[in-house]
Amino acid sequence: MTARKSRVRPWFFHGGMSVLAFLWLVPLALVVVTSLRTFDDLADAGLASVPKGLTIDPYRQALDSGEWQSIVNSLIITVPVVVVTLVLASMAAYGLARHRIPFRKTMLLLMLAGNLLPAQLLLIPVLKLTEQFGIFDSRIGMIVVLTAVGLGFYVFVLHGFMRGIPDEITHAAKIDGATTFGVYLRIVLPLTKPAMAALGSLAFTWTFNDLLWAITLLRDEQKLPVTPAILGMQGEFVSSWNVIAAATVIAAIPTVIVFLRFQRYFISGLLIGSAK
Amino acid sequence: MAALPKAVSRGGPGALSVGVRRGSRETLVLLAFVLIPFALEMFWTFWPALNSVYISLTQWDGIAPPVFVGLDNYARMWSDETFRTALRNTVIWLVLFGGLSVLGGLGLALLLDKPRKGIGIYRAIFFLPVVFSMVVTALVWRMIFQPDGVVNSILAAVGLEDQARIWLGEPETALYALIVPALWRQVGYIMVLFLAGLKTVDPLLHEAAKMDGASAFERFRHVTLPQLRPITTVVLAVTVIDALRSFDIVWALTKGGPYHSSELLSTYQFSTGLLGSQLGYGSALAVVIFLLTVGTIVVYLVRSLREEEAA
Repeated sequence: MTARKSRVRPWFFHGGMSVLAFLWLVPLALVVVTSLRTFDDLADAGLASVPKGLTIDPYRQALDSGEWQSIVNSLIITVPVVVVTLVLASMAAYGLARHRIPFRKTMLLLMLAGNLLPAQLLLIPVLKLTEQFGIFDSRIGMIVVLTAVGLGFYVFVLHGFMRGIPDEITHAAKIDGATTFGVYLRIVLPLTKPAMAALGSLAFTWTFNDLLWAITLLRDEQKLPVTPAILGMQGEFVSSWNVIAAATVIAAIPTVIVFLRFQRYFISGLLIGSAK
Repeated sequence: MAALPKAVSRGGPGALSVGVRRGSRETLVLLAFVLIPFALEMFWTFWPALNSVYISLTQWDGIAPPVFVGLDNYARMWSDETFRTALRNTVIWLVLFGGLSVLGGLGLALLLDKPRKGIGIYRAIFFLPVVFSMVVTALVWRMIFQPDGVVNSILAAVGLEDQARIWLGEPETALYALIVPALWRQVGYIMVLFLAGLKTVDPLLHEAAKMDGASAFERFRHVTLPQLRPITTVVLAVTVIDALRSFDIVWALTKGGPYHSSELLSTYQFSTGLLGSQLGYGSALAVVIFLLTVGTIVVYLVRSLREEEAA
């Protein structure tokens, strides 16, 4: 009976699913195709038409009009944020998870709570603080703020992960004379690698995709990361859909690379991420 | 060979004295490990948050010193037409975007739970938009909603030209047109969360229920759903937080327009507080967003606790 059932149902299942999956991909296909068309072709036939020919010219136009610089800006901001976040978060998580520090639970919960505050509640005072410190409208300011407001989540996840490391391992190292820092560097960090990879790829995507902080803390167009920059390009290239599409594809490439490279970790990261 | 007695003596009283001598420096290292990240985060989150609460009680243009006005900013919301629109839209957004992404994610997870040929590809496809920024998502969908875009072309192709509109440019449709791309990006995320939850569902219970003659729906309702409760709580919290802080997609496509018809509290807060130089009123709006988030989650938690007690 089950054999008969399973012969009919896969057909049904795959039929429905492939239609749905196809619909899911249509928007992406549309952008990629549009990004490869000429302006005249689009102007003649409209967005929803079969292309007459393909060209990579829109990509050159997008990169020449400043998108290259904004991708570089994105990386100048994102890479330090990811690195500093992982270093600071793993330090705090190590201290809180492996040592009897007074108020450790309170500190952990405060850090998590700080991460869950809506950004809107922070925007105005943080803007004023960066002005006072002279880091308003600077990439350094973006790095400091994005690192600081995100920390709690990473500490929380790493804390859970580090508590799972058996006591015997760190004890043995302590008895052999390892310092607190030595245990952190040579024992706990290597054991935390999978979690760090997961959190690192999440941090990269979140930081790279940020819009709200960038439009709050940056004014100079030369310093804008790519996410807010492609929004601005809409004004510059009104109705040049091919260039806007190319710019969009370019802006998506770095996160897609990180996702493909760290796919396994990325999804496990989202899962532990949901634990917040 | 000297290592052995040394190691033994370390376990004895000798270890204590070494520990004490080394202790103070070790304590300093440990304090630095914890306090530097802690202080950094507190300084850039709780301190600004407290400041926001104070600023919300003032009238401030950001240049002249702030003037304390008590609860005036909150009172002003009552008579502010745009605030009411934004609040209503935010609730619609929470219900539609939140509700549909949970239902869609759960549905996809149920369909893609059992191992089958090709299932990994489907999962990857539905998940793919999650890695894009909301801005990328927005630009992708702008081409679909354009006056000469895909939606209108399809409508024309099937003879429904009169249904064609400027989807993002008309007050009646703008908000709902924004929900579609937001869902497109969110559903895959929720699906992954539910897929993880479904892994914990005990297949033996399903078999037992089948033997007892339970239909597929009954099994879902009485076997799967109760076991999904922990992940459902997580999903709902994530959804409420994500829905109430939605900003990017609206800002990228309509900036809350036309005529505030797609305004959310988050976009209204940005327009007034950061672009409009009404820092006091903007901060009051931020406090409302915060209270709405906390309130929704608390209500849900209380309700689910009660249900658990009743069960």
